[in-house]
Amino acid sequence: MSDSHEHGGVGHTLPIQQIGGVLLILLFLTGLTVLTGRMDLHGYDLTVAMIIATVKASLVCAVFMHMLWDRPFLRLGLVIAVIMVGAFLAYTLIDTAEYQDQMRAWQLHEEYQKSTTG
Amino acid sequence: MSSSATAIATDAGHSHPEHVAHHFDTAKQQFDTGKLGIWSFLFQEVLFFSGLFVAYAVYRQNHPEVFQFASQFLNTNLGAINTVVLLFSSFTAAWAVRAAQLGQKKTLITLLSVTILCAFGFMGIKYIEYSHKFHEGLLWGGAEHSIMKADNSSTTMILESVKNHSEAWNHPAGTNTFAVKDLSIEQRRKTGIFFGVYFCLTGLHGIHVIAGIFLMFWLLARAVRGDFGPQNFNAIDFGALYWHLVDLIWIFLFPLLYLIS
Repeated sequence: MSDSHEHGGVGHTLPIQQIGGVLLILLFLTGLTVLTGRMDLHGYDLTVAMIIATVKASLVCAVFMHMLWDRPFLRLGLVIAVIMVGAFLAYTLIDTAEYQDQMRAWQLHEEYQKSTTG
Repeated sequence: MSSSATAIATDAGHSHPEHVAHHFDTAKQQFDTGKLGIWSFLFQEVLFFSGLFVAYAVYRQNHPEVFQFASQFLNTNLGAINTVVLLFSSFTAAWAVRAAQLGQKKTLITLLSVTILCAFGFMGIKYIEYSHKFHEGLLWGGAEHSIMKADNSSTTMILESVKNHSEAWNHPAGTNTFAVKDLSIEQRRKTGIFFGVYFCLTGLHGIHVIAGIFLMFWLLARAVRGDFGPQNFNAIDFGALYWHLVDLIWIFLFPLLYLIS
């Protein structure tokens, strides 16, 4: 934790160069993601797009949202929130993948029933 | 209580500057408490949005071809412009916090105004996109003007007036080699679900932008009144944190919806 009371305030004050610098990086990364979005990355399109988005989000969170200079307790909260989202996402995706074959079989069964009765 | 910012109130048996509520010992304690409050809200917001993101992920994992087909109907240029607009407004919001901390009243008012203008710009572009989708019938299957209606009988469910003028219905878009009218009923139903996901995600995000506009106007009014200074910028800081979160969500929405190749 670093309380830089450089101007006598209670929070951390960002230098203007830092705010501007982060904006430039964010704009550059936006251009990059549009560019890579138009290229064929052999199945890694989504991975690349999500890595770029995560870097952008981390920059906004760390600098614009002052997370770098905030209390560790808030950082812990952020980590917990991200882990919860990850668990939610992972478990749901694993679960839905697990039952795709059964769903397909059920759909085929339905179609067969329709074709024989209709 | 006196209206001067340095006034000392002694009515509760202890003294404190006017901007510190009397249940706090110090301005620092008040600031930290507020920070914990706004961040708790923002963590909750992340979890709140994650429900829709998970719906998106499950649907995309099971039907990647639907996403490839349907995202051709989204305008990447407008999406990219909106990303830049939101990033710039995050920049002005972060700068506004600095201006409030340094007691630069005029700069603060200018930056809050620019942030509000960007928010209106974002909603304006969103309006152009949405009205185009409505005109084209690129909607969830249940909507009256949707060209994604799935019905066992035939395509008669879809309004003739929409069919006649809808480019998406009649002609292939982007790299797609077929139009919506060439889809099977099942494919059309699935594409309708994509647009359901699209409107839920961007709609919920848009509601947050509108809430942000009200928030920024409130902050602007208080800034004009001269409420903020080096010892008292909490509302600006917390308002900006909310605005950055709205930006964060869009950072993920843009590639997930507009950049599917």
